[in-house]
Amino acid sequence: MANIIVGKAFVLGDNIDTDQIIPAEHLVYSTSNPSELKMYGKFSLSGVPIEKSGLPNGSCKFIEGEELTSGYSIVIGGKNFGCGSSREHAPLSLHVAGVKIIVAESYARIFYRNSVDGGFIIPIESIEKLNDKISTGDEIEIDLGKNNLTVMTTGKTYNLKPLGSVIEIVRSGGLFNYARKKKMI
Amino acid sequence: MGMTITEKIFAKASGKKILQPGENVWLNVDVLMTHDVCGPPTINIWKNEFGVNAKIWDKNKLVIFPDHYIFTNNPHANRNVDLLRQFSAEQNLPNYFDVGTEKYKGVCHIALAEEGFNIPGTVLFGTDSHTCTSGAFGMFATGVGNTDAAFILGTGKIWEKVPESMKFSFHGEMPEYLTAKDLILHILGDITTDGATYRAMEFDGEAIEKMNMNERMSLTNMAIEAGGMNGIISVDDVTKNYLAEIGIKEYDEFYSDADSKYFSIYEYYVSSIEPTVAKPHSPDNRDTVRNVEGTKLTKCYIGSCTGGKITDFQNTAKILVGQKVKVPTFIVPASTQVAAKLSEETINGISLKEIFLNAGCIIAESSCAACLGGPSDTIGRSTDGDVVISTTNRNFPGRMGSKTSEIYLSSPLTVAASAISGVITDPRKFL
Ligand code: SF4
Repeated sequence: MANIIVGKAFVLGDNIDTDQIIPAEHLVYSTSNPSELKMYGKFSLSGVPIEKSGLPNGSCKFIEGEELTSGYSIVIGGKNFGCGSSREHAPLSLHVAGVKIIVAESYARIFYRNSVDGGFIIPIESIEKLNDKISTGDEIEIDLGKNNLTVMTTGKTYNLKPLGSVIEIVRSGGLFNYARKKKMI
Repeated sequence: MGMTITEKIFAKASGKKILQPGENVWLNVDVLMTHDVCGPPTINIWKNEFGVNAKIWDKNKLVIFPDHYIFTNNPHANRNVDLLRQFSAEQNLPNYFDVGTEKYKGVCHIALAEEGFNIPGTVLFGTDSHTCTSGAFGMFATGVGNTDAAFILGTGKIWEKVPESMKFSFHGEMPEYLTAKDLILHILGDITTDGATYRAMEFDGEAIEKMNMNERMSLTNMAIEAGGMNGIISVDDVTKNYLAEIGIKEYDEFYSDADSKYFSIYEYYVSSIEPTVAKPHSPDNRDTVRNVEGTKLTKCYIGSCTGGKITDFQNTAKILVGQKVKVPTFIVPASTQVAAKLSEETINGISLKEIFLNAGCIIAESSCAACLGGPSDTIGRSTDGDVVISTTNRNFPGRMGSKTSEIYLSSPLTVAASAISGVITDPRKFL
C-alpha cells in the first residue's frame, strides 16, 4: 500500500446506503466469474439519485456511458456512509469500479468492516465535514503517513483521522492476508 | 472505573482483564449463524481461503437457518438453499434446519432463541444485520459481512472494536396501549439512524424488567436501525425462567457496574410515550399515530423477527377478536413454533388462528416473507402505489417490494386497529 494516493474526487452526501452503492437488482452477478464481476463496476453508485450524484452540482455520472470503471478513484462522503444492509457487494463494487479510498465523516459499521477485511477500499474518517469543501473533479492527494488530504486545485490541506489498529489489515490487503502474515491461519 | 455488561463480555471473550472502548480485540466466537442469502457466498470465500477439503472450526457452533427466500419458484433462491443443504451434508452439521423437513424453523433470530443458542455471557456473530436481536439474553450479538463470517468459519475468531455504551432507561409501568416497538421507534426518532453507530445500546428500567423475552427482543432487534453494534439487556428472572423452560441452566451472568462509563444516558417515562409510527421512508422518521391517523391504507402486515412473535400476535388478536379487517391483512408467524402457538393460545375460548381467519386475515407460512420484498411471488409483497402499515423494522424505499410503495412501521396493536378501520388508527380506540 502506497502512502500517497492521488486521484480525482467524486463527492456524495450523507447516508449513502448500500442500495445506492449497488442496487439489489444487480446482485445476481457471480463474484467469482471475472466477466460477470466487471458488472459490479459498471453499476457502482448507480442507485444515487442523479441530483445528488457528484456534488455540489449533481448530475455527474460516476461511470460514463458503456465504461466498466470510473475516472474517479477517490470518493468523498458525509455521515453514515454505507448504511443499510450487510451486503459485501457494496465495497466490492466500488473497488471493481476503481475506487481506492473513501474519505467520509463516519461509516456504518458493517460497511467499514467489509471494506477493510475484504481488502476492497481504504475507509478514512475526516475530522471535519469535507463534502462541502471539495467539488467533484477536484484533484486530490491523500498522505496516509501524515494523515492529511490536500486539494491540489486550491492547495488547501485538511487533517484526517488515523486508521488506528486496522491499518495493519489494510496494509496487508485484507483480513485473510493479514492473518497469514501473522501466522494465525 | 467500572465496566459495562458489553465490556465485560468482550473481556471474557478476548481473555483480557481490562479493555477500553475504541480498542480492537480478537474475540473467541461461541456461535456463528448464517442463512440462505449470505450462507452460500460465505461458504464460497471460506473454500477459496481454506481449500475445498477443509473442515470448519467447530461444527457444533455453526447454525444455519434457511429463512429469507424460501417459499418461491425463483431458481436463484432455490439454488442457494441447495448449496446450504450440500454444505451441511458435507460438513455433517447438526444445526442445519432445512426447509421442507420437520426441523424447519423460520426466521433465524427468533429460532436462535427458541432453539437455545442464545446463552447469556456468550458471543454470537451472524451474517445478518439483525443478529443484534439475541442481545436481549444478556449476550453480545452482532452482524458481519461474508468475509468476516468466512474467517470465523475457519478460525472461530474475529476482531472487533470495543464499543462505547449508550444507556436507555424506561421508567414506570407500560400502559396497555404501548409495546416495545413503540419504545424503540421513539428512541430512533430521538437519536436517528446513525445515533448509535459503533456503539452498544443497553436497555434497563422498570418497564424493561416487566417485559417478556419477546418484547425485549423487539428492542434489541432494532438497535441496528440506529447503527448500533449491539443491543443488550442484562439477565434477570424473566431471562432465567425462559432459559430454564428450554433446559438451559448454566451460563455467565454479567451486569454493568454502577460506576461504568456511558457515552450518553437517556431516561424515559413510558407514561409520556404515545403509540408511535415511523413514516416513509426511514425508521427514524418518527411521529405519533395520532398525527397520521386517517392515512388510507392498502395493506397491513404483521410478521418478521421484530413483529412476528407470539406476543405480537396476542396483541393483534386482542384487537381483532370479533372484528373484520377492511384491507388485505397478512399474518406471518416468525417461526413454526409461533405458528403452532396460534392454534393453541386462545382469547375467550377462540384460538388466535380462528380470530385471524374470522377477521378475514391471510395467514402465511413462517419465513421472512415480504419483510425484505423478496422474489416477485413472495406473499404480502408491496406493489406499486401500496400504502402499508407493518410491524417489520425497515421502511426504506423498495424494502417490502415496490419502490413506489409507502411503508409505515408500528406496533402490532396499531396495525390491528388500522386493519379494522382501513386507515391508520390509534389502538386506544379499541382497547
Ligand atoms: S424477518 Fe426481515 S429483518 Fe428479520 S431477518 Fe428476515 S428479512 Fe431480516
